[in-house]
Amino acid sequence: MAKTDLIGGSIWEEYSQKVQELMNNPKNQGELTEDDAKRLGGELIVADFGAESCGDAVRLYWIVDPKTDKILDAKFKSFGCGTAIASSDTMVELCKGKTVDEAVKITNIDVEKAMRDEPNTPAVPPQKMHCSVMAYDVIKKAASLYKGVDMESFEDEIIVCECARVSLNTIKEVIKLNDLKTVEEITDYTKAGAFCKSCIKPGGHEEREWYLVDILADTRREMEEEKLKEAAEKQASGEEISFNDMTLVQKIKAIDSVIDESVRQYLIMDGGNMEVLDVKQNGQYTDVYIRYLGACSGCASSTTGTLYAIESTLKEKLDPNIRVLPI
Amino acid sequence: MMKVYLDNNATTMVDPEVKAAMDPYFTEIYGNPNSLHDFGTSCHPALRKAMDQMYEAIGARDEDDIVVTSCATESNNWILKGIYFDLIKNGDKDHIITTEVEHPSITAVCRWLEEQGVRVTYLPVNQEGIVEAHTVRDFITDKTALVSIMWANNETGAIFPVEQIAEICKEKGVLLHTDGVQAVGKIPVDVIQAGVDFMSFSAHKFHGPKGVGALYIRNGHPLTSLLHGGEHMGGRRSGTLNVPGIVGMGKAIELANYYLKFEEEHVRRLRDKLEDAILELPDIYSVGPRANRTPNTVLVSVRGVEGEAMLWDLNRAGIAASTGSACASEDLEANPIMTAVGADSELAHTAVRLSLSRFTTEEEIDYTIEQFKKAVERLRAISSTYAYMPENMKA
Ligand SMILES: Cc1ncc(COP(=O)(O)O)c(C=O)c1O
Ligand code: FES
Repeated sequence: MAKTDLIGGSIWEEYSQKVQELMNNPKNQGELTEDDAKRLGGELIVADFGAESCGDAVRLYWIVDPKTDKILDAKFKSFGCGTAIASSDTMVELCKGKTVDEAVKITNIDVEKAMRDEPNTPAVPPQKMHCSVMAYDVIKKAASLYKGVDMESFEDEIIVCECARVSLNTIKEVIKLNDLKTVEEITDYTKAGAFCKSCIKPGGHEEREWYLVDILADTRREMEEEKLKEAAEKQASGEEISFNDMTLVQKIKAIDSVIDESVRQYLIMDGGNMEVLDVKQNGQYTDVYIRYLGACSGCASSTTGTLYAIESTLKEKLDPNIRVLPI
Repeated sequence: MMKVYLDNNATTMVDPEVKAAMDPYFTEIYGNPNSLHDFGTSCHPALRKAMDQMYEAIGARDEDDIVVTSCATESNNWILKGIYFDLIKNGDKDHIITTEVEHPSITAVCRWLEEQGVRVTYLPVNQEGIVEAHTVRDFITDKTALVSIMWANNETGAIFPVEQIAEICKEKGVLLHTDGVQAVGKIPVDVIQAGVDFMSFSAHKFHGPKGVGALYIRNGHPLTSLLHGGEHMGGRRSGTLNVPGIVGMGKAIELANYYLKFEEEHVRRLRDKLEDAILELPDIYSVGPRANRTPNTVLVSVRGVEGEAMLWDLNRAGIAASTGSACASEDLEANPIMTAVGADSELAHTAVRLSLSRFTTEEEIDYTIEQFKKAVERLRAISSTYAYMPENMKA
């Protein structure tokens, strides 16, 4: 809550110009038929995703060249609000000319980014993000049809949110791809949790096997572990990772080793020592809380001279945004 | 481009006559009515007149109270929370009955009361969008503190059998509140004839100013205050009186009553004309029988077209309509009304509400008919509902 939230804005005001233009005049709206497929010498694929009862449904038409897997032509039809129409239109534009394997890699982020006017201003407000997720899902559906992946196995996923029929995989993927940090964000992106809310946390309307809060915690933990592993691999392969890209645990390690290498010995020479109590990420800053031990602890110059020395050593060796705070 | 306002159930234009009546109370007669000096007392005649207008309009008697509030949301909060304090927390009752289709200013309070341990029954509506009176009887127990049922629904305009429900409540000795926001100014409302104990209403729904509402309280029934403070409104609701607001509300309700016949004849005719024309299109239906609706409202469901997309196209044509469904509101829920009346689940997101007023013209309706048809045509052409799907690919 803040000043800007108090007078609710219209979500329409947050649509980019591109979104608005596509809502008014979608370019790739339409159908493709067997005749079109014959004419182009390809295979017709028609995939549905979503349901009118959920407020969004999209149908994707592809004509794919069976020899090259290239998407020769694509069109869509959509039951949905304007942003669903605009996202589908953009998605189709992005599919055209790609191979099926390439198309599957198109994400909802690509779709949304392609609709931005300014690179850093989202094309749609967060609660409309699910429209682009839909565009992303329907590509996967079409690809699965083309590749002959069993539809049953496609449906066999673990459904976390029944109201919105969102699978565990989709939720995990969306969290990872978009670096989501809250359940509300998951809901905005996938619609999971937007209806009866049973799937958010235990104690709701209906008991469930999976809850968004747990999935979020687990996935964030996985992401952290993956990051660690990646960093370890990078280190093993001799690549340096920048301080900024480190996890908090790695940052603490890095700080400790700099202190061990370049600071502690001087303190010990003077009959003192120090310990790192805590490291906290504070916006762009990394705050290092320390305590002086031994001779240093009562020494007036410790708070100024030594502190300055420690801080500048860390700044120089690791990152200019480190701040050292004695406790 | 023509500009057509068909969202009068959301709010209305202030009638220029109402504005004129309010005008002196901003810069000329601006004293605090509680003050002893002339600046204060000089607004008393207008306030008294406004109160007379309100009492007259809803048929209240002198022994009843009409307490002016800041909006109907406040009135609704007050009655529910007041009853909670008086009869549940500090009494031996534990139960409230309401409906599934109330305005959020009732349902959200009920949900909160449930968190406080109150049992709340949400009565379902039938296909016509109303609660049948006998269902109320089935749910009243000796622990029921209050029944709160709207007089007319904001989405569909459906008129609830308040009088019959009042009879049941009286027989069972249970208090009855009605949210009269969408009824006052659109259909005749007489609180005594209806037999309700409390009624909320709001000026901006009948061409009065925003931010003024009221709670009618039969026989000055005790009710713990929501706003404690000075001794305004007979000690029932504190806060310096909103003098221009009250004057405006009085004038507005008087005018609304004066125009009731016009509403019933002229507005209804325009609404019916609009509805008939829209229903000529295939796969479109309207919710609830016309005869039992406020004369200005129609909720239509356009198969294959999502409600917000429809609003977008209408807005581009200069027409303001509304939808309680999916994308238009902040959350992503389906329009609860569509679910409540048992419509096909595919139609849950297709509802569009058009609400007229006495200022709506025939020309505006003709233009809306034309533009509505265009929008349906364009959006159905894009819609997957009507699109080609080869037999072998059907799921
Ligand atoms: C049925 C109903 N009750 C209550 C309200 C709330 O009125 P107010 O805007 O005065 O708080 C509305 C307005 O939208 C309404 O339609
Ligand atoms: S199961 Fe997710 S909202 Fe109902």
